[in-house]
Amino acid sequence: MTVSLSGSEVAKQIAERFPEVVSEASDQAVVVKSESLFEVTEYLKSNPGFDFDYLNYIAAVDYYDYFELVYQMTSREHNHSLILKTRCCDRDKPTVPSVVSLWRGADFQEREIYDLMGITFEGHPNLKRIVLWEGFEGYPLRKDYL
Amino acid sequence: MVLKTEPFMLNIGPVHPSTHGVFRMRATLDGEVIVDIEPVFGYLHRGIEKLAEERTYTGIIPLTDRLDYLASMSNNLAYVLSVEKLAKIQVPERAEYLRVIMAELQRIASHLIAVGAFLNDCGAFFTPFLYMFREREKIVDLFEMVSGQRLLYNYMRIGGLSQDIPDEFLPALDKFIQQMPGFIDEYDRLLAENELLLARAKGVGILPKEMAIDICASGPVLRASGVQWDIRKVDPYSIYDRFEFDIPIGSAGDCYDRYRVRIEEMRQSLRIIKQAMEQIPPGEIRAKVLHLVRPPIGEAYAHIEAPKGELGFYLVSDNSIAPYRCHIRAPSLINLTALREMMIGWKVQDAIIIFGSIDITMGEVDR
Repeated sequence: MTVSLSGSEVAKQIAERFPEVVSEASDQAVVVKSESLFEVTEYLKSNPGFDFDYLNYIAAVDYYDYFELVYQMTSREHNHSLILKTRCCDRDKPTVPSVVSLWRGADFQEREIYDLMGITFEGHPNLKRIVLWEGFEGYPLRKDYL
Repeated sequence: MVLKTEPFMLNIGPVHPSTHGVFRMRATLDGEVIVDIEPVFGYLHRGIEKLAEERTYTGIIPLTDRLDYLASMSNNLAYVLSVEKLAKIQVPERAEYLRVIMAELQRIASHLIAVGAFLNDCGAFFTPFLYMFREREKIVDLFEMVSGQRLLYNYMRIGGLSQDIPDEFLPALDKFIQQMPGFIDEYDRLLAENELLLARAKGVGILPKEMAIDICASGPVLRASGVQWDIRKVDPYSIYDRFEFDIPIGSAGDCYDRYRVRIEEMRQSLRIIKQAMEQIPPGEIRAKVLHLVRPPIGEAYAHIEAPKGELGFYLVSDNSIAPYRCHIRAPSLINLTALREMMIGWKVQDAIIIFGSIDITMGEVDR
């Protein structure tokens, strides 16, 4: 059985290494500031205690006040998983760092979020539309689209 | 005199028999050798994630049928598991067993098409494909018996199943699992040591172990690269922890290993169905669930080992009758990430079988 790590426990360890990065933590998830997302995910992937070598999925949710990005990662070695979240409040030009250099599986998923939710991933090697055509107006998965 | 050459751009698809749907590959060729390739998709995008936000929780089940339309039962299962996790619904024993039987039959049906279509791509024009379809037809008949449908079953419900199995189902299923091992042996005699298949598929389109993990591949694609990772074992859902089965893995990660892993998985699925048939209890097939399910505020992710890999639904509830957000983790899409690396350096006809060996359904890639 894959063990879901407690967000609050992991948040303590992240806070030791990167102070003032964790903005919220509960049993289910850790929420980190979007500008330090890359450092935190890199730490979680390379730290042997966590060893998150597999990214299950990235999901983006529009909560009107902010966009929430959900990253669920799994360690094959320890068979545990963690949900890491980040928020971005800027509705006009939401930007978060890309994690493609850590897990290439994020490639198409980030492109899809860029396409349908309008979130830009900084550092993505090939950020362009994936399911809609060039010139499509608006971001269909946003709550104010329809 | 030096002959002047230049790279050549070839558009494969979107409408082409070997693209298994509407998929387009923009290939740059040097003679016949692929130097660069760019996958282009989205031709079948129906916006299922957005449509789900407007429908009731039960009303989304028919939409999930249309993701991987060759494995509707598995899609149903992944979705209902996710809603049940969100709303904390307990499913009756009998329904759990029937779900496992359906999911494993669906895996066999999906792998039959995967292997048959792969051999079609290899150039064994329709002979193996029709052998595979002969057995798939029997599975489809079984599904028709329980759900009345032959492709998009819409059989599972939140808290159980839409209806119990008819009396003639279990004898028919028993007959099928008696016959099926013989048919798989027949495929092996026809294909496993076939010199033409070995020449075409062995060593072609290698996906190394490290890259398979890096691209977050799942299902037979990951296991053929030598990674022992099956969600039925590492994170058992439903009642999979009650059955004995092995996880076949490959070693080289080439097209031939992906084919082998699928054939072996069919045998393991038969083992699971056999055990489930012996243990299935009588009783209810659906928990008492309100027609309009209103899960408490929160979020849940449930994943299953679908025929093509890890299929998961991430649902966010705001306590209304429709999900606030429904994200689908589609194995077909993510397994395609390394397509470029797998194809570069191979000839066009090899690219076709490399693509075929990944086994994707466009309904799931584009959603």
